Amino acid sequence: MRGVGLSGGVLSTGLLEQEAQAAPPAAPVSGPAAVPITLRINGKSVNTSVEPRETLLDTMRNSLDLTAAKRVCDRGTCGACTIIVSGKVMYSCTMLAIDSQGKEIETLEGISAKNHPIIAAFVANDAQQCGYCTPGFVVASKGFLDKHPNPTYEEVKKGLGGNLCRCGTYMGIRQAVVDAGKQLKGGRNA
Amino acid sequence: MPDYSWPPMEKRRIVGKRTSRLDGPDKASGKAKYPSDLNPPGLLHAVMLTSPHAHARVKTVDIAAAKKFPGVTAIRVISGPGTEVQWAGTEIAIVAATSEAIARDAVALIKVDYEVLPHVVREDDLGKVGNRAKAAGEQVTGDPDAAFKEADAISENLYSIPVITHCCLEPHGQVIAMKGDKVDYWPSTQAVSTVGGDLAKYLEIPASNVHVQMDYMGGGFGGKFPADRWGVESAQLSKESGGRPVKMFLDRETELTIAGVRPSAFANIKIGAKKDGTIIAWQSQSWASGGFGGGGMPPLPYVFNKIPNYRLNHTAVSINAGSARAWRAPNNPQASFLTCSAIDDLAAKLNMDPLDMFLKNVGLTIRPDTYRLQLNKAAEMIEWKKNWRPRGQNKDGYMRRGLGIGISTWGGAGHASKARTTIHPDGSVEVELGSQDIGSGTRTVISMVAAETLGLPISMIKVKIGDNLYPVSGPSGGSTTVGGVSSSTRKAAVNALQKLYDIVGPILNAPPDRLEAVDGKIRMIGNPDKGMSWQQACQKLGVNTITEMGENDTKRTEGLNTGGASGIQMADVSVDIETGVVKMNKLVAVHDCGLVINPKTAESQVLGACIMSVCSALMEERVMDQQTGRVLNADMEFYKLAGIADIGDIVVHMDITPDNDKRGVIGLGEPPAVPGVAAIANAVANAIGVRVPSVPLIPSRVLAALNGRRNA
Amino acid sequence: MQNFEYANPKTIQEATALLGASWSDANLLAGGTDLISLMKEELATPKRVVSLKGIKDLGGIHKSGGGLRIGATVTFDELLENAAVRAEYPSLVEAAHGVSSPQIRNMGTVGGDLCQRPRCWYFRGGEGLLGMKNGKSLIPGGENRYHAIFGNGPAYFVSASSLAPALIALGAKFKLVSASGNREVAADKFFVAPQNETTREIVLAPNEILTEILIPSAKGVKNATYEVRHKEALDWPLATASVALTMKGNSVANARIVLGHVGPVPYSASAAEKWLAGKTITESVADEAGKAAVADAKPLSQNEYKVQLARVAVKRALLEAGGKKA
Repeated sequence: MRGVGLSGGVLSTGLLEQEAQAAPPAAPVSGPAAVPITLRINGKSVNTSVEPRETLLDTMRNSLDLTAAKRVCDRGTCGACTIIVSGKVMYSCTMLAIDSQGKEIETLEGISAKNHPIIAAFVANDAQQCGYCTPGFVVASKGFLDKHPNPTYEEVKKGLGGNLCRCGTYMGIRQAVVDAGKQLKGGRNA
Repeated sequence: MPDYSWPPMEKRRIVGKRTSRLDGPDKASGKAKYPSDLNPPGLLHAVMLTSPHAHARVKTVDIAAAKKFPGVTAIRVISGPGTEVQWAGTEIAIVAATSEAIARDAVALIKVDYEVLPHVVREDDLGKVGNRAKAAGEQVTGDPDAAFKEADAISENLYSIPVITHCCLEPHGQVIAMKGDKVDYWPSTQAVSTVGGDLAKYLEIPASNVHVQMDYMGGGFGGKFPADRWGVESAQLSKESGGRPVKMFLDRETELTIAGVRPSAFANIKIGAKKDGTIIAWQSQSWASGGFGGGGMPPLPYVFNKIPNYRLNHTAVSINAGSARAWRAPNNPQASFLTCSAIDDLAAKLNMDPLDMFLKNVGLTIRPDTYRLQLNKAAEMIEWKKNWRPRGQNKDGYMRRGLGIGISTWGGAGHASKARTTIHPDGSVEVELGSQDIGSGTRTVISMVAAETLGLPISMIKVKIGDNLYPVSGPSGGSTTVGGVSSSTRKAAVNALQKLYDIVGPILNAPPDRLEAVDGKIRMIGNPDKGMSWQQACQKLGVNTITEMGENDTKRTEGLNTGGASGIQMADVSVDIETGVVKMNKLVAVHDCGLVINPKTAESQVLGACIMSVCSALMEERVMDQQTGRVLNADMEFYKLAGIADIGDIVVHMDITPDNDKRGVIGLGEPPAVPGVAAIANAVANAIGVRVPSVPLIPSRVLAALNGRRNA
Repeated sequence: MQNFEYANPKTIQEATALLGASWSDANLLAGGTDLISLMKEELATPKRVVSLKGIKDLGGIHKSGGGLRIGATVTFDELLENAAVRAEYPSLVEAAHGVSSPQIRNMGTVGGDLCQRPRCWYFRGGEGLLGMKNGKSLIPGGENRYHAIFGNGPAYFVSASSLAPALIALGAKFKLVSASGNREVAADKFFVAPQNETTREIVLAPNEILTEILIPSAKGVKNATYEVRHKEALDWPLATASVALTMKGNSVANARIVLGHVGPVPYSASAAEKWLAGKTITESVADEAGKAAVADAKPLSQNEYKVQLARVAVKRALLEAGGKKA
């Protein structure tokens, strides 16, 4: 909602250049123009090119056709963009793609390719309506189950506090996670 | 004429059985592609510039710098010089570019000069809105003044419920491509069959030139019927960019600012009853705003609309804020909250159990027997008699527990809908409708009805919806979809089956009207050995197919669907009286909706509606700032929605009975979204001993009420 | 978001060399949970973003002189998983649990929590840190339900940090490093109430990095945090109290009581701290201490309720620290 502002494409770095002469940075600096990056997503290396300002979510959705993660609040609140990075659930709307290199990124596309039981449990318990929050919830649930096998309802409630649904599918989600936990107990297949 | 009526309850094999939604696996695995997920080749992205002022006149719009920005393919001024902007967030200009970031950078280069005009963005204090208030004429029935004199108890209070937004998780928007006067349109919509026509009107092209497709959409709740300015302008941007597809979805701030709201409702209500609890008089002075267009009167007194003596006054208030759109059961949740709060307060004045008060007055409703049954059922589920105490008397340390009641009514008869059923020689079946599944399970319901009718498993039915080339089916609003599509599908399938019987009858040496389709066979009624498999029967079609239409004619529904749903919800809450934080223990919901095709997804509708009510009762409100004229909480951090731990337990009872079943299919999307706010607000009053007159029941308001103040 | 150049240094020294004299030169990126949103709103428009994730020296939790040294990029999750933290600093554990989103706990860092910008909706809406319009603050006459009940302006926002009250109560120190040297700042001196739009709410300079948090031993110090939150799901607290009580037998020898989300800086309730000395924690003592803690509160037009919430938070934190269930 801002009517005037500087364009991001034309950067004035005069001050930085002066300082750079005084104390040359030892670490490489990239951008602001697009730079090639390599991401590890669902066990594969993916090459693409991004401006440093691009979020991982936007890179996945716009450049890699990985559209399971959704852009909803776009401010790290609602969880629709949830992915797993180095084994931990995170909001991909609030990470830079360029800053996500060298980490194992798991998205719902990867989780569903492995037929994780959480997916069938979501279906069986009708833990979805419009389905737009669902991918984020499934990933958050998978990440939660990785750490809390066979959880109770109370643990599920605490464990999924970073995701929001508007249609109101929480009762089904709660049951789905508990059910999937029971299935996973003993024979983890994820 | 064939018999279209639903098979008797006991003979149904699929309809009425709990069935998992068919698109569940695609949604839960992330394979489902929503309009906002589409990335067709050559895709451009559009970003809008919106007004930061709530009321202003546009003086100049300078797009020169933006136009020259590398990567920009087209730019359009939406509100040119002279336009009077009536709310912050009004669309000013739109830019298409090769990436969203470029479009955003270019938008930042547009310079707009405004003449800022005075604004009013709040309606809570009627004394401060000046000439923005427009009173409607007074309505009087009976003699309210005399009746209040006769009353043994009178309760009077000012109640209010604020503006809330739809907050659809997939924002409004579309991918659209316009070449010449032909448009390919992938909107996030509740109206696949009609949204193309809406768009065409603004583009001044024939409606038939717009091809609408949508497999999935991320939530509408009443807010996604029109093509919207951003749809029309994106089409023009596409055209100006050589027909390349343009993607434009609102950002969250804009979504919560201009994409529709539920109007507020404020009411001074005076209500009087006899000693035995019989309500005899009602008087309300209400006001409401849904934005610049004002706000109509909620249906007061709600459900108890046979109160013999009443006087109604209402004032619509126009404010400089984004406009109202239908929001799940328009005006009903507000009316239910206002009415049930007043009745509950009156019961407290009479030292009466509100359950008894509601039961005492069911005669003032249009469905006394239904409400009596539902009140008793809900009371049993929440163990009312065991758990209810008079106001403020259920104490445990600093916690207070309470129960409350809310009520709903709704129409929900099926909309106009056409379906086409095609039976192929290989036995496969297609059902096509220009309908949409907005998350309510429409796809699944259509397959269930077709499968039931044709005696086939659901897996043999291919449902095709989400395309306006299919037969016209109404928008998903007013809880009309399930009645409409189930009836049209039923009729199309019956018609197609008749054609198959006509072919198979002579071969089986049986009159076609003596055949039935059961368990994948066509056989003679009463003589199951005389028949052939579905596959064999279809092979007899040779190279032909059977294609038959079915139509739900809203004036003649032939008993397949009807309107008129009732519901009761009861809430059990605990309130921390030191912090004012309200905790949901339980919400029970009893609803009837005639013949229930899929109890599983029907229950999901009720559960979801209950959760929305928890949000509205405890958290949700749009916060407008009179100084800046803007929405302060157009984000998902301070526009608060309940999370998974905030809802307590919810128990649903669908009134599935032979009597209800006989009525036919009734829509369910809206009725359960009505009573929850009232039930929760009443439960809080019961818990803490005083009325918190304004929802949401945030800590500040709960504590203010406990401290004897009206406002925080 | 405006574009920027990105650097990913491996050492603190490399990182400090990449910083500039002004906030518009370079910003530090750790968990990103605040910076990315600020950049999307163009409230932060740095020419360079320096990622701290690759700097090993900024991570880890180690014993140090009887206390703990917590690296600035330690995440909330790592903090919660740490046995030493769990054993000795329940007030930190409770404060970290108050961030009820696992995603934020996995991303958000201790340093980021301390350096995050206020959530004031006028500030986030582009009205400036103090929300000044025509020389007058928008907040006293505006929508101030979430704003400060302590302080006399012109800053009415509340400090957003979840961990600061506990760290201040525990007597923590923060280490700040720049290309020209190091300094240590007491936790309570790290936060300042800005007097104009151009100053910040923390003393960290644009060319400095908050590298570590040093917490003294809390052996024998009973500590607890109580947060009043509206929602169970991710939500900002309405009021927080962290207490640390050095005991002498059954009575309090020395008390630290620090309130969060009630003022532009975490509020040290010194009157209540003094009053509590020599007392045994009982329900009524805790209640009185709560009252004393908010005696100087000056609520705005819509936030008087926060005075009560702060009072209750102090009471409940004290009862919890004292081993009495709140």
